[in-house]
Amino acid sequence: MITLVDYDAGNIRSVGNALSRLGAEYELTANPARIAAASKVILPGVGNAAEAMEHLRERGLCEVIRNLRVPVLGICVGLQVLCKSSEEGPVDCLGIFDARIRRFPESPEAKVPHMGWNNIGNLESKLFKDLPGGSYVYFVHSYYPELCPDTIATCRHGETLFSAALRWENFYGTQFHPEKSGSAGAAILQNFLAL
Amino acid sequence: MVAKRIIPCLDVKDGQVVKGINFEGLREVGDAVEMGAQYAREGADELVYLDISASREGRRTFAALVEKIAERIDIPFTVGGGIGSLEDAARLLDAGADKVSVNSAALARPELISELAGKYGSQFVVVAIDAKQMDGQWICTTHGGSRFTERELYSWAREAQERGAGEILFTSMDHDGTKAGYACDVYARLCTDLSIPVIASGGAGSVQDIVDVLTVGKADAALAASIFHYGEIPIPVLKQALKAANVNVR
Repeated sequence: MITLVDYDAGNIRSVGNALSRLGAEYELTANPARIAAASKVILPGVGNAAEAMEHLRERGLCEVIRNLRVPVLGICVGLQVLCKSSEEGPVDCLGIFDARIRRFPESPEAKVPHMGWNNIGNLESKLFKDLPGGSYVYFVHSYYPELCPDTIATCRHGETLFSAALRWENFYGTQFHPEKSGSAGAAILQNFLAL
Repeated sequence: MVAKRIIPCLDVKDGQVVKGINFEGLREVGDAVEMGAQYAREGADELVYLDISASREGRRTFAALVEKIAERIDIPFTVGGGIGSLEDAARLLDAGADKVSVNSAALARPELISELAGKYGSQFVVVAIDAKQMDGQWICTTHGGSRFTERELYSWAREAQERGAGEILFTSMDHDGTKAGYACDVYARLCTDLSIPVIASGGAGSVQDIVDVLTVGKADAALAASIFHYGEIPIPVLKQALKAANVNVR
């Protein structure tokens, strides 16, 4: 059973719908025991990283998530809370990925939020099996994860080259929204389900 | 680099897509979920659904429709039409919409933009502006272009951005429904003035019109309705033509 962490982070329904389209069953819960017992965990999220961290703390989920040894996928803010810290707040995050979350500099060529379809490259993970380099996926964010040793996909917005996806051991994260990325996104979610 | 977006717009009344000519003389064209799914398959980058129902019953139907759209569609979609409060927006976002678009209610009470952006984040908030030229100035209108407000387009767009809008969707009511091309000069100025993305709407009649508004007009996205609904320009054909014109598209 896939567990979707319910921490009032926004796009839970979209991720649930995407899983249903793939024929996958899921459970939506904030119960620490249920999450600890899951076979796969997805941490969705949109919006503000500091608020998302606060919601995880209030629900007593920080340690549970850190201790997970099954495949975990953080999406957008769900990825950001798995990083070291975010300039949005600023706030200290769970510290699983070795990246900080920074704000995009504004420029005429690189509007903020970074919103829309952008291509990802340097794909280095089973998460991207059968996905051609340069595939377009959907992003909506104003803060980005830096490049770091955990980077498994990159993307460029203006002058900023950032981590489009991260992996450390069983933890995966995508800054983009696979649940909104058409067939490319469906393939990535399917690859996660197959881990 | 972020690709320029092609956005079919579906005006919905009682679950059916309708298309107005200058917002009047509405004609039904098809099922809202099926049409959206078809566009997504064909390569549309995003969808906009506008509720043009006037009745309370129509509004309820729309919220239920948004749930069905969210179940089926695997690309982002924005919903708008009649959003007057945080509660209205919350209902549609909870139903699965990715963004909400506000128009008249924001003109009447600009704080609504700040409240939405504060509660949900700028990326959820599209401010739609319908404007018309009057005495050489672009003036914001409401009620499908039939009522002028005291707001001027460029200053309102800047204020909307300062209040936290994530995108501006500008429709030239002088161009809408004419198929004579977009108001390129207006988009070029908006895109220079603003740091948030601008979606162009109103006037698409040909592939070249869309090329123009995304290049000369500098718009981040082009929205159109009838050319897609009536199959005049299939999206795959449009995408090929845009690529051939060196426009960065998915």
